Amino acid sequence: MSVHTPHPDLPPPANIVGVIGWSRSNLFSTPLNTALSLFALYLIYLIVPPMINWIFLDATWVGDTREACASGTGACWVFVKVRINQFMYGFFPEAEYWRINLAFGLLVVLAIPLFIKRFKHKGRLAAFILIFYPIITFQLFSGGNFGLTHVETSKWGGLSLTLILAGVGIVASLPLGIVLALGRRSKMPIVKSVCVVFIEFWRGVPLITVLFMSSVMLPLFLPEGTNFDKLLRAMIGIALFQSAYMAEVIRGGLAAIPKGQYEAAEALGLSFWKSMGLIILPQALKLVIPGIVNTFIALFKDTTLVLIIGLFDLLAIIQQAFADPDWLGYSIEGYVFAASIFWIFCFSMSRYSMSLEKKLNTGHAR
Amino acid sequence: MSNTDNASSPSHASDDVTIQLRGVHKWYGQFHVLKDINLEVKRGERIVICGPSGSGKSTMIRCINRLEEHQQGQIIVDGTELTDDVKHIDQVRKEVGMVFQHFNLFPHLTVLENCCLAPIWVRKMPRKEAEGVAMRYLEKVKIPEQAKKYPGQLSGGQQQRVAIARSLCMNPNIMLFDEPTSALDPEMIKEVLDTMIELAESGMTMLCVTHEMGFAKTVANRVIFMDGGEIIEENEPHEFFNNPQSDRTQLFLSQILQH
Ligand SMILES: Nc1ncnc2c1ncn2[C@@H]1O[C@H](COP(=O)(O)OP(=O)(O)OP(=O)(O)O)[C@@H](O)[C@H]1O
Ligand SMILES: [Mg+2]
Repeated sequence: MSVHTPHPDLPPPANIVGVIGWSRSNLFSTPLNTALSLFALYLIYLIVPPMINWIFLDATWVGDTREACASGTGACWVFVKVRINQFMYGFFPEAEYWRINLAFGLLVVLAIPLFIKRFKHKGRLAAFILIFYPIITFQLFSGGNFGLTHVETSKWGGLSLTLILAGVGIVASLPLGIVLALGRRSKMPIVKSVCVVFIEFWRGVPLITVLFMSSVMLPLFLPEGTNFDKLLRAMIGIALFQSAYMAEVIRGGLAAIPKGQYEAAEALGLSFWKSMGLIILPQALKLVIPGIVNTFIALFKDTTLVLIIGLFDLLAIIQQAFADPDWLGYSIEGYVFAASIFWIFCFSMSRYSMSLEKKLNTGHAR
Repeated sequence: MSNTDNASSPSHASDDVTIQLRGVHKWYGQFHVLKDINLEVKRGERIVICGPSGSGKSTMIRCINRLEEHQQGQIIVDGTELTDDVKHIDQVRKEVGMVFQHFNLFPHLTVLENCCLAPIWVRKMPRKEAEGVAMRYLEKVKIPEQAKKYPGQLSGGQQQRVAIARSLCMNPNIMLFDEPTSALDPEMIKEVLDTMIELAESGMTMLCVTHEMGFAKTVANRVIFMDGGEIIEENEPHEFFNNPQSDRTQLFLSQILQH
């Protein structure tokens, strides 16, 4: 009879760990895989170095006129540099830029405590931000009292307009979407059909049509002389349009909550709204964070469509700069700049949603 | 767990009958699930309901807190008749706790929050006080040390005990149990049954759907046998097990006692 001696833990052989081990099992495991890997590497070699050269190494960064770029073979960032104020603030009077800066600065300052773990009054602060911040921001942008000069909404533009449209769309479409999703699952036939019709109507038409109708058709139906701000109409259009999508995303989450959760809440005597607000929605929304953020990202990018009703969001204002006779021929730089700004915002949203999912995971699957 | 402060429960004119079902019928579409159910439960009584699968046991006890609606007959709980009136339903649900087969704890809340939720939002208890009450009941079910954990981190038996504590935090007069041990591994059944026995000893009115015949023998005042949506037989446990009257009861008992 042999006595068992415990075997010591040995390090794995070198060829299954590290860079070599990884590429062996992932890139070169079969002949086909090897061929595909080599082909992909070749493509990367073809595309990436010239791109880096164009964007960074050969690009012109300094100067204020077109002439500065004459010699360079890469991108002419001078174009973006001289126009940056317009890209950010639209046609807002230059002397009033501080108002926009203050508005966004305020948001950052107000939002910081929300990310501090130990801060206790997160709920109250969030409510304050949701209710009062829009009012303050509107005051700052629009002016007209408190000694601020009035700036018409037609002067708003650039990135700040994009952010406002997206912000309003996001803040309005989430609660609207929740209400619509609950309505669609309601047992009351009238409530249910109103929600179904609403959702299916808004999902069935393209956003462009919605924007067109809001700016061209709506005034025909309104009484003569009612002046209904174009920007406001676009905001309402975007909010209603996106809330229909949001409603369907949230409905998916609601459907995934087991019946037992509703029953337990009912059995404890919680009213419909309390059981929704305390039990069902927190779980349902958590389940569909990826879908919600997906909708937010789509919304953010869809704001560029306001261009067709004559609002100058970031993309529109960049495109209108291409027409400047002094700067003809720099549209690629403009588009690359616009794309990277949109990408930064959308990517941040996506990362934030991932971290939120992680944070809210309480280690269970039911 | 004894009747401490029942200030909010309605005073009863006379008797100590707390649940009354009179000629209750229920249909699911065309399907007649409950047929002429008549039942009276006295305060402090402990009733075990058994019967084959699909016989309507769950449906019957779920009618008592209106998780299911009955279509004919009368259900009166603690002096309040269950009708479409939401006030009546809320009143009854405040007095009736329920424990489910699959626990149905709220997975996004900690054990303590699960227990505090209804006292705070339904009874309007201040949070501090609700936490005190919750901890007291968590101690009763012997898991105060799990208060800060999430339900997903507990074993099945622990989860079911939390579910019992959660119901008790509302200080109910009546507790309904729907197969509380059927989803548990054998080694966890005992801890839940022990908790229920302790609850029974404290004088709680209990209706338990269960196939734990040992539990029925030790704590029940009455055992009710249902089949095909009807109450077939109703007797005190000793008689029920040793001297079943109907063939169907005998058949059922012979089947479950074999295992
Ligand atoms: N929501 C429903 N819709 C239609 N039929 C249902 C519904 N719920 C239950 N039933 C049917 O009603 C009958 C009684 O169900 P119930 O759940 O009360 O049985 P049970 O005695 O609790 O059985 P089990 O021991 O399996 O839990 C079953 O035949 C079941 O299929
Ligand atoms: Mg059942």
